[in-house]
Amino acid sequence: MSHPMTTRIAARFAALKEEGRPALVTFITAGDPDAETSLGILHALPGAGADIIELGIPFTDPMADGPAIQAAGLRALKGGQTLAKTLAMVKMFRMEEQATPIVLMGYYNPIYVYGVERFLADAREAGVDGLIIVDLPPEEDDELCLPALRAGIDFIRLATPTTDDKRLPTVLKHTAGFVYYVSITGITGSATPDADVVGRAVARIKAHTDLPVAVGFGVKTPEQAKAIAAGADGVVVGSALVEAVRHTLDREGQATANTVPAVEALVGSLSEAVRSVHR
Amino acid sequence: MNAPNSYRTGPDDGGHFGIHGGRFVAETLMPLILELEAAYKAARADPGFQTEMDSYLSHYVGRPSPLYFAERLTEHLRQISAASGRNGGAKVYLKREELNHTGSHKVNNVLGQILLARRMGKTRIIAETGAGQHGVATATLCARFGLPCVVYMGAVDVERQAPNVFRMKLLGAEVVPVQSGSRTLKDAMNEALRDWVSNVSDTFYCIGTVAGPHPYPSMVRDFQSIIGRETRAQMQEMEGRLPDSLVAAVGGGSNAMGLFHEFLDEPGVEIFGVEAAGRGLETGEHAAAIMGGRPGVLHGNRTYLLMDGDGQIKEAHSISAGLDYPGIGPEHSWLNDVGRVKYIPCTDQEALDAFQLLTKLEGIIPALESAHAVAKVIELAPTRPKDHLMVVNLSGRGDKDVPQVAEILGASL
Repeated sequence: MSHPMTTRIAARFAALKEEGRPALVTFITAGDPDAETSLGILHALPGAGADIIELGIPFTDPMADGPAIQAAGLRALKGGQTLAKTLAMVKMFRMEEQATPIVLMGYYNPIYVYGVERFLADAREAGVDGLIIVDLPPEEDDELCLPALRAGIDFIRLATPTTDDKRLPTVLKHTAGFVYYVSITGITGSATPDADVVGRAVARIKAHTDLPVAVGFGVKTPEQAKAIAAGADGVVVGSALVEAVRHTLDREGQATANTVPAVEALVGSLSEAVRSVHR
Repeated sequence: MNAPNSYRTGPDDGGHFGIHGGRFVAETLMPLILELEAAYKAARADPGFQTEMDSYLSHYVGRPSPLYFAERLTEHLRQISAASGRNGGAKVYLKREELNHTGSHKVNNVLGQILLARRMGKTRIIAETGAGQHGVATATLCARFGLPCVVYMGAVDVERQAPNVFRMKLLGAEVVPVQSGSRTLKDAMNEALRDWVSNVSDTFYCIGTVAGPHPYPSMVRDFQSIIGRETRAQMQEMEGRLPDSLVAAVGGGSNAMGLFHEFLDEPGVEIFGVEAAGRGLETGEHAAAIMGGRPGVLHGNRTYLLMDGDGQIKEAHSISAGLDYPGIGPEHSWLNDVGRVKYIPCTDQEALDAFQLLTKLEGIIPALESAHAVAKVIELAPTRPKDHLMVVNLSGRGDKDVPQVAEILGASL
């Protein structure tokens, strides 16, 4: 397999810059509510307007996530999702789609137990472009960040409101692909960020790096996405999408004919909102 | 692995004990953890901090806790030894941490952390609790210093530790029953971390055991190590020498680290950590992270964990809510790896039997957690000679467990 000169993530942000608009980054949990439906959602995302896809690795103890993503992870685990199955899902997606970057997002333990070198080789082969691992701060870069960069996989770091100017260079040092700015001090899907405050924070980060900055945590509606995207290179929506999955499930928690279309429709309206932003 | 020159120098600057420990937390918390590390370092270097601690330890906690020669238990175990033809039976001493204010060793650590929180200007305290002992200790110190306190407790534990829940409420704490996951201690810790991420500016997270991201494991150990220092001095006074062996129950492992740390570099002292084997290691329904787990990363540190092949954390099981946790403090994991401490299992039934035996022989009702350690003393002491000095950490009192034990024994209250 030949390695492209620029990564898919860099190419996608470059293309969006040409278009003069921010990126819509969509998060779904792999295997939620079952492997087949989840793959169906994944296949539908680019067409619905997702520019970059974050695929959540389910974990029993997601310490940074709110109730919506916690529940999505438990649904996926109940359905038998594993890290190996998540990588297989990316492989299936890549057979049909080459341009849309996929970033795996989750916690370190499933990867540590899988084995870091084996994971990176398998992820690279499957077509994974980046990793966001919530519980690996720069202080633990030797664990996965540096091996991932050596393997040609972007390690995307979270910067938060508690990351001050003194600490930012530490956080940005080995960050690749883009910077994920966590818009609130809190868990996913909780408080709604203030677009002006976020815009100032993004400007602060951009003074330290040339990487694109995407903003997430707490962005739920097309209006919020539009407001946040106006001051950033991308906006991440997650909890709202896994909630859209949940709302379509039947009484036994099984997917229905509405599951994939509901997510598609929400991504469509988010995309429309984000595309109306000109930068 | 080669034996190090000293077992008491850890952790390194990154908080590692061998491969264990570290700082596996979200970026939002990382600056707070660095701030805590700096504040703790400054407090340690300040004699005024230790003076303040000592004053509260004497007058509020009631230290030193006695080292008590358990004469009737010793006699009983010598009879067992004689019956088996050995004619041995160690002299058993109880380190009476259950006599501390609030009824367990937990208060030693909470006092240190609350005084530190005050120095740092933090105005809101959060904590997780399993059996409720750490929650009660935290609620108590918060009442003493007029600080608002929120305690996260698994919904399952809220039910089986009702007396402690009411105590915390009386003390003015808000007790939040955690409904996520297995609804026990690990989930309470997840929820406390979520609270901390959401309330970074004013909140101090008072962790109850020698686990979590650096500096918690070593800080909590330091606050608890008064147990071992007193034990050394008391044993010197009573017997004129060091103990020959130490036994303590290990969930997260704070009472055990507190007793062990002082003696790690005394090669003549045998050390046993007792893990909760629940319904038996072979059943898979246990809380023995070292004996039944593998290294993994959870709650801010690498350590032995109970998990499946995909790295998903398994639910622990123990009769004792305080031991019902799928992990263990990273320093214990390291002490296991280097072979300094021997970790041994104790089942629910063995703990329950020891709970009753100690109560009848010594008039001391141990916490179900501490009963695990007592159970192994019952097993080990008869195999040792009569001049062997064995110290068991009686980390908590069992009043909180009386309703649960009554139910198991079929008594109606």
